[in-house]
Amino acid sequence: MTSYRTPLGRARNTGSAKHGVGHFIVLRVSSIALAPLGLWALYSSLALSRTGFDGALVWLHAPLNAVLSILLAVATAVHMRIGMVEVVEDYIHKASTKAVLLVLNYFVCVLACVAAVFCILKIALIGAAV
Amino acid sequence: MSDAKAQSRGPQDRPMSPHLQVWRWHVTMATSILHRATGMALYVGALVVAGWVVALASGPEAFDAYRALLGSPLGLVVLFGLTVSFLYHLANGVRHLVWDFGKGFEPKTADMTGWAAIAFGVVASVLIWIIAFLGMGAGQ
Repeated sequence: MTSYRTPLGRARNTGSAKHGVGHFIVLRVSSIALAPLGLWALYSSLALSRTGFDGALVWLHAPLNAVLSILLAVATAVHMRIGMVEVVEDYIHKASTKAVLLVLNYFVCVLACVAAVFCILKIALIGAAV
Repeated sequence: MSDAKAQSRGPQDRPMSPHLQVWRWHVTMATSILHRATGMALYVGALVVAGWVVALASGPEAFDAYRALLGSPLGLVVLFGLTVSFLYHLANGVRHLVWDFGKGFEPKTADMTGWAAIAFGVVASVLIWIIAFLGMGAGQ
């Protein structure tokens, strides 16, 4: 006997979808990236809290700050999306509400990430607005 | 009589899985709940930071308005809460990564690291904000 599943269980297609581990690994890999990136952002925010518009522009114009900011935006979007998916799947049981929230979560994360990366690139490559 | 019988054998008489309110609070349970709560707070925090970059790219007026919003009493309270959330979530995230290697599960160790994560989140945040306010005074 190679499987302990009942014929009914197999017919109903219940059981593991065999791809849950992907989320698990991506959540952890992104957390490893976010530990140093987040601490760097916190450290940078101390200096940025003292500067106005011009100082912030100069800061984000520096290539290292721009690259690390983009990495922070992407890693954060990946991590926060999966984290929210876990929470929604755990607490929202109504199928339609769950679907709406999962799609909304996906869109919010992608939108925030693309907007942030675009603005970082704009400042880093072109400079100040208007 | 059939009603009484149905009642005595009804779902209410069956043993129930213990729900949240009947558990004695212990630190590993609190850290698990806090990890989720701070994660949700940081979700909003990430959007606040993304808004900061968008405001910066939108020009000086938008940036100054956003900066004033963050610098208002409510804004500062939110930012302090986000600092605690981030540092706690970071420390507890390290706990989770250690657990993934099958280590640190002994009750005494797990309790100790749990208290350490909470203490780190609060103490490090307070220190960072003291540094921020001292620097603000000295810098200008």
